[in-house]
Amino acid sequence: MDLRFRGAEPSQEERAAVDDLLGPPATAWVGGSRTDLDLRMAARSEAARDLLLPALHAVNDRVGWISEGALEYICRRLTVPPAEAYGVATFYSLFSVKPRPERVLHVCTDLACQSKGGQAVRDRAEERFGPPGTDWQESPCLGLCERAPAALALQAGRPHRAEVYAPATPDTITTITGVVPSANGHAPSLEVAGETPVGEAVPQAGSPDLVLLRRIGVVDPASLDDYRAAGGYTALRRAFELGPAGVIREVLESGLVGRGGAAFPTGRKWDATARQPDRPHYLVCNADESEPGTFKDRVVMEGDPYALVEAMTIAAYATGCTKGYLYIRGEYPRATARLLHAIATARSRGLLGDDILGKGLSFDIELRRGAGAYICGEETAIFNSIEGRRGEPRSKPPFPVEKGLFGKPTVVNNVETLVNVLPILERGAQAYVAAEPKLFCVSGAVERPGVYELTFGATLRELLEATGTTGTTRAVLLGGAAGAFVTDLDIPLTFEGTRNAGATLGSGVVLVIDDTVDLKGLLLRIAEFFRDESCGQCVPCRVGTVRQEEALHRLSNRVDDRDLVLLREVGQTMRDASICGLGQTAWNAVESAIDRLGVFSK
Amino acid sequence: MIPLQPPRRLIDVQIDGEGVRVPEGSTILDACHVAGKDIPTLCYGDTLTPKNACRVCVVEVEGARTLAPACSRKAEAGMKVGTDTERARQSRKVVLELLGSSVDLSTTPRAAEWSEEYGAEPARFGDTAATVEQPAKVDNDLYVRDYAKCILCYKCVDACGDQWQNSFAISVAGRGFDSEISTEFDAPLTDSACVYCGNCVEVCPTGALSFKTEFDMRAEGTWDETKQTETTTICSYCGVGCNLTLHVQDNKIVKVSSPHDNPVTKGNLCVKGRFGYGYV
Repeated sequence: MDLRFRGAEPSQEERAAVDDLLGPPATAWVGGSRTDLDLRMAARSEAARDLLLPALHAVNDRVGWISEGALEYICRRLTVPPAEAYGVATFYSLFSVKPRPERVLHVCTDLACQSKGGQAVRDRAEERFGPPGTDWQESPCLGLCERAPAALALQAGRPHRAEVYAPATPDTITTITGVVPSANGHAPSLEVAGETPVGEAVPQAGSPDLVLLRRIGVVDPASLDDYRAAGGYTALRRAFELGPAGVIREVLESGLVGRGGAAFPTGRKWDATARQPDRPHYLVCNADESEPGTFKDRVVMEGDPYALVEAMTIAAYATGCTKGYLYIRGEYPRATARLLHAIATARSRGLLGDDILGKGLSFDIELRRGAGAYICGEETAIFNSIEGRRGEPRSKPPFPVEKGLFGKPTVVNNVETLVNVLPILERGAQAYVAAEPKLFCVSGAVERPGVYELTFGATLRELLEATGTTGTTRAVLLGGAAGAFVTDLDIPLTFEGTRNAGATLGSGVVLVIDDTVDLKGLLLRIAEFFRDESCGQCVPCRVGTVRQEEALHRLSNRVDDRDLVLLREVGQTMRDASICGLGQTAWNAVESAIDRLGVFSK
Repeated sequence: MIPLQPPRRLIDVQIDGEGVRVPEGSTILDACHVAGKDIPTLCYGDTLTPKNACRVCVVEVEGARTLAPACSRKAEAGMKVGTDTERARQSRKVVLELLGSSVDLSTTPRAAEWSEEYGAEPARFGDTAATVEQPAKVDNDLYVRDYAKCILCYKCVDACGDQWQNSFAISVAGRGFDSEISTEFDAPLTDSACVYCGNCVEVCPTGALSFKTEFDMRAEGTWDETKQTETTTICSYCGVGCNLTLHVQDNKIVKVSSPHDNPVTKGNLCVKGRFGYGYV
């Protein structure tokens, strides 16, 4: 590829950050210093587009932002056109292509935080640091909803660090100083400053009835021995007994459906991928958990990281993948650290790599960090993001099982879906079906917020009895920003039950709204969220989400029937004509609030 | 000359209740053309891979949850397609309104006609509706980028990139409503990888990209397509022999294009063929 550069030079720091990731440049053709020989000999460079996002992260983590010199250096190293790399860098909200301080405070603006006083925290941040954009910025849901309101400081440097403030009060903002340095020098720490033990996010922790959450808060998440002592790796052994086809049969029989929101039968996805003659097959674990109000995957990854490693190994064995990508959202520093540790430990103990457990299975996992884009949780946008492109969804068909990551057959599953495979194999499909577990992320006006595990069939009322509510419950937002408000507490928490009630289980969000919450403000935030997170590819979503927000602004001042008609028409068009699920669901919550809660009735 | 295609199986599809036969692999749009239906398109380009970003070509496919973009969805045997159903018309209307309220469609061919056909009223979003209004970027003497007219169809990016020119001078930058077509760090074209082939101008569906001559004449009010003649000739610069179509108004060349069905150019030219007509 013939690339043209403008000649901006990287600083030493930026060059070192990229070289730490990629190694020193081999020739002058890929960014090394020029020798006489280079002038006489051309060298071939391998394009490595898929390392673009990690390289941008390397610079952003070290310096805090990405200068033109750094971008050009990355482009030379990876043979990527600068215009395209710029398009990618500007797509992600955690990156900046303008100078900014090393330390940026991300203050959550989303639903759980907003219903718990997040506005006051943001007001104080604005008072102390000035308008958002430099020292602090407004952030979509940080996935710390059980401790809302939340803030997260990210500090560039070597190593880069993070500090969590949750719950944050306005006074927290006033007293914030520097980040506590990590204990072990340059290596990222397994702990993140300000974090509480992960078991605290699971009010049921330690209960013998738990299946998916049984190890969380009980075993040491850093210890592989603890994991194995607590039943770890029995499922993988069982998988080897059953063989790949046997595993798929069990998963099909269990009736497991995807827990990320779309509820597609997992067994069918695996079966279809396993049958594809095209090689290689890829496995992608979707840990880009960004739906506002969702934090179950974070809790699983932080509290039981080896479970995910084992589950991915089983999925790879069943579907014939030799490489798995774990795509985790960029706002999850502790989950990232623990998974990196778990993957490295598993590899060093022969549980990843060549010849796993002596059974001839070759499989390894590469962790990739997202960089602040909700849309990358869409099953095809995640491929583009891993490949180093803008995280825009692809049109389907072709489906991922035929042409997914790098154009090859790909299984893409959510974290919770994958860890469900462990009990299926440990207990057998029939025992699993008898008590199928589902995780719920409960936040808002409840006494004990956190991740709850229930067996399918429990009603919303039973869940809320377990969590305890505060104030007078006015409505419950099921499924997050892409979900719907419900008022009937007797609906069964199953995929069919919620669908019949005109709602969705989605990612398992249960956000309880009491009568103190400003509903119009909440709807505006939902509209703002979709406007910010729309990738901009298709017109209905790109412009529709803007028009939806404008109409809601007008409606919160003065109710006008014309604006309600406008909302419905735009909403229906987004639902009918958008490329992906983001646009198709961007109007769900607003519609349900108008129809069921009468938000804008005169 | 018509390039020979390998033989393809014919499949039957129903368009608005009428049966048509199309070769396997055809899109719904191809089938609609066979059935004589006029489907509006903007981001579709006859020389490019469909991006299906604009969504004005959506049709209703029986049994599908959402509407399907006719330009890219492949026709399947037995598929029943409604091109003029209430749902499809409603979506097209709103998409035209969303575009019309945010982008200057004044030089988009047929935009006004479609707006009337579907009853689109972009004005109903009010005066405060956000737009992409901005000054035109005039940074060279050959062509102008007026992004107030850009609907982000990605065609220029595809033509500049791996689908035709392989220059990769431009890309989509930013996200959502703030996305725009940009060079790296918004550098002027003269500083970018642009080779001025003008193949992006050729595929632009809205006039956001135009010859500087056309841009200036429109500003003066002298641009008049009814007074223009088109003459197709052969480029005299090199031995490739590209077809050039000279657009002439008042005895002056005002624009150069190339026939999209020409097997050599497929509508593409180089800087000499496209802009090097000063010697005529």
